[in-house]
Amino acid sequence: MTPLLVVENFRKQFGSRALFDIPRLELARGASYVLTGDNGTGKTTLLKALAGLESAEFGAMRYLDRDVSGDVLAELKRDVIYVHQHPYLFDTSVAANIAYGLKLRGIDAKEIMRRVYAAIDWAKLGEFSNTPPQRLSGGEKQRVALARAWVLQAPVMLFDEPTANLDQASRDRVIELIDRAVGENNCVVVACHDHEIINLPRVQRLHLEQGTIRS
Amino acid sequence: MTDNSIWDAAQTAFGLLLSGDGELWRTIAISLRVSLIALLIATPLAIWAGYVLATGRFRLRRALIVLLQSMLSFPTVVVGLILYLLFTRRGPLGDLHLLFTQDAMIVGQALIAFPVLAAFTLTAIQGADPRIRETALSLGASRWQAALTLLREVRFGVMASVLNGFGRVISEVGCAMMVGGNIADVTRTIPTAVALETSKGQFAQGIALGTVLLMLALGVNILLSSLQGRGAAR
Repeated sequence: MTPLLVVENFRKQFGSRALFDIPRLELARGASYVLTGDNGTGKTTLLKALAGLESAEFGAMRYLDRDVSGDVLAELKRDVIYVHQHPYLFDTSVAANIAYGLKLRGIDAKEIMRRVYAAIDWAKLGEFSNTPPQRLSGGEKQRVALARAWVLQAPVMLFDEPTANLDQASRDRVIELIDRAVGENNCVVVACHDHEIINLPRVQRLHLEQGTIRS
Repeated sequence: MTDNSIWDAAQTAFGLLLSGDGELWRTIAISLRVSLIALLIATPLAIWAGYVLATGRFRLRRALIVLLQSMLSFPTVVVGLILYLLFTRRGPLGDLHLLFTQDAMIVGQALIAFPVLAAFTLTAIQGADPRIRETALSLGASRWQAALTLLREVRFGVMASVLNGFGRVISEVGCAMMVGGNIADVTRTIPTAVALETSKGQFAQGIALGTVLLMLALGVNILLSSLQGRGAAR
């Protein structure tokens, strides 16, 4: 498979303690991964560092076969979407939340509407499109956040424990969305302990243990 | 002053307000004009300063926050004194001929409003959920766009800071008196007029102006508590 993002000597240190020190992390185009590991091993920090939300050291980074710096770094930041374990939804409607990233990309209003409705259909959120986010349950918020990431059709989507603390019905709906995102040839990385996600077909396993990745 | 004379003064006050007394309404208009322009000038700068202090990581940040919080209790009369010394004819800014003008009062009130606005904005942003900025950045926002998104999310706190700033400047006497000079129809504001009328024994005019000030304060407080109620309900 063609490499999409390659990071070498990927390292995060807190004081004298290295949280992780990974000789090489490679994400392939169209491949999806689950990132497992005990609590506190640095899964969230690793995902945030890949999304540029957390500082980390790396020896070399290549994105789409180009060294990451300057314009490529800006492109990478735009192309990697991170979704929190407990997503924050902006204080507007569900539809406006989903439209947020599209507006930032300067897409015209008609096209935004079309894509937002496609994302609402994708996540089966039709009944909530004009609902204020504070009225949604945890599972519904997670689905909105997944739709908000999915609508951007970003090459890399990072989901952090998307099914944590959800009831069974909400969990099933979220897993269904993740399964569909994985099947759409996106590069999806899901940090989780959820065996149903770990055992999804087409998903490769990355295990973070003692500061390094074991496949 | 007896209870009876307070009642008489209050009746006269309402009579003056309802009769459309020219001098009274001009004083009210000057107060509103000076305070609102001062707020318009101070608000963007103070919000920017509050944002930078809340989110920035730079040397002297803690010291600047302490300084800002100390400025909250800075006596307005001292602000007036400093500006007086700057604007007086022999002062470093004497050539600007600002002393005893509304412009000087606007400068003074903007300086008085600034720490209130910046400190309240700082608190609102420090209390904001850190996921707001991360979510915006991850969805493709630039730092500037993420800042605007964060400010939008804490807008009730920011609006409360603006209303607090308004409350502080509209009722301010010391600075307005020193740099404005309390000139009728030019630099006389509601609080400086109340002080003057009371010193002359013209209690009716003083109470009329005091009533307007109280009504403005009441209106601001109603707005503030409804905003805080909306913010808390989120």
